[in-house]
Amino acid sequence: MKLKLKIWRQKNQASKGTFETYDVVANEHMSFLEMLDVLNEDLISQKKEPVVFEHDCREGICGTCSMVINGHPHGPNGGTTACQLHMRFFKDGDIITVEPFRASAFPVYKDLAVDRSAFDRIIQAGGYISVNTGQAVDANSVPVEQNVAEAAFDAAACIGCGACVAACPNSSAMLFTSAKVAHLSLLPQGQVEENQRVLNMVNQMDAEGFGRCSNVTACEAECPKEISVANIAMLNRKYFKASLASEKKVQ
Amino acid sequence: MSLTGLFLVLFLVVHLAGNLQLLLDDGGEAFNVYTKKMTTSPIIKVISYGNYFFILLHAFQGILLYFKNRKARGSEAYAVKVTKAVNTNSFAASNMAWLGLLILVFLGIHMGDFWYQMKWGEVPTVVYHGDTYENLYLKVEASFSNIWIVLFYCLSMLGLAFHLTHGFQSAFQSLGLNHPKYSPFIRGVGKVIGVIIPIGFAIIPLYYFFLK
Ligand code: HEM
Ligand code: SF4
Ligand code: FES
Repeated sequence: MKLKLKIWRQKNQASKGTFETYDVVANEHMSFLEMLDVLNEDLISQKKEPVVFEHDCREGICGTCSMVINGHPHGPNGGTTACQLHMRFFKDGDIITVEPFRASAFPVYKDLAVDRSAFDRIIQAGGYISVNTGQAVDANSVPVEQNVAEAAFDAAACIGCGACVAACPNSSAMLFTSAKVAHLSLLPQGQVEENQRVLNMVNQMDAEGFGRCSNVTACEAECPKEISVANIAMLNRKYFKASLASEKKVQ
Repeated sequence: MSLTGLFLVLFLVVHLAGNLQLLLDDGGEAFNVYTKKMTTSPIIKVISYGNYFFILLHAFQGILLYFKNRKARGSEAYAVKVTKAVNTNSFAASNMAWLGLLILVFLGIHMGDFWYQMKWGEVPTVVYHGDTYENLYLKVEASFSNIWIVLFYCLSMLGLAFHLTHGFQSAFQSLGLNHPKYSPFIRGVGKVIGVIIPIGFAIIPLYYFFLK
């Protein structure tokens, strides 16, 4: 299949980018990233700069791949990462627009690669549990109800890719943050630090310059792991409770 | 925003109930009597000042939020952007500030038309059963014979419809109330009031323009 790609090219953070158009010949068995590999091989053989894009696992579990394809973060298919998006979903002759995730908190490094370290700092602010290291605890020593374990696991499916921020018209990081808060706070081991976790993570999220959630739900619609906005309501609930209970001042 | 928004929804319901008396075929008596009660009762006075305050607070917070979020979005816009939404209207959800601004402009014009006239304007009087009343009904008739006012009212109510269909259920989500059993019901109520309230208000100018 012959495709026309309109790709955002930007030299570095300081420079202004533009769209460049490329022709590429792909087949329907390739993933979207493999199709970009073919393009890059072409560019390299012509002694041109290859297109920079991020990737790691290429099996939909690491959250590294990040690009907006035809207006959708990770492409138009629901519940799929860009690396798992196959070219059979496109047609011969398609014109495909590929852009980086856009948000003030995610500045573009180069081409399609953006700096998502804001997410790391949100995790550092509270996305952990404090336990002493030592011998592994027996798996069933702390009983967890089946449906609670399921809900925690659904939230834990978040791969931290940032598509929720890219999809949100407010560039809010609420879906990501709420998935982490829900995942940890649903389980007994995470409940110990629940109040300080939600306050610290939300404060960090605001400090990074993400927008405020107004429940557009574009995040859930585009999330490759189909994380539910019910987690955002849970975060709001826990945030109210923690703000009332905590001795710390809330900004 | 969620609390002020829900308070304003409550206000709309009460306001609509009062205004529907304009559809009675009694030459405006019920409406004029009601208007007098509303303008003279001290309790209504307190509630209406609270209401003005909440509208301004809600609008102020909404506009502030709009600028905050625009800054978070950054200067570079997507060349292609599709906004999908789950369980809400994506047009309404992503244009709440513009819809709200339309409502705010409407409120300014609406208050100038009726509220200002009652307070400071010249409203003719009418006598029912020996008591004098200000005949606001005549003002309503006059305003709603103007096609532009009628059209603008209808457009604003369309804006309100979108604002409410997203806003009502959104307020519950903001307050942390999302539940597999109750949320579908809340969304349903939001859709129903999002249609019924604006239609209820819009019927009045349309009735006056076409049938009076
Ligand atoms: C009678 C008039 C109005 C009613 C009944 C109303 C109701 C609501 C409700 C229930 C919400 C949802 C709140 C939430 O999700 O937390 C909302 C959101 C919003 N309103 Fe209004 N509103 C009205 C007028 C206005 C005005 C005049 C503006 C001013 C520009 C405005 C701007 C906004 C904005 C920007 C939002 C989105 C914020 C968010 O979802 O958190 N609204 N409104
Ligand atoms: S919530 Fe979904 S879209 Fe957001 S970071 Fe997690 S996996 Fe990605
Ligand atoms: S490269 Fe790991 S999720 Fe796509």
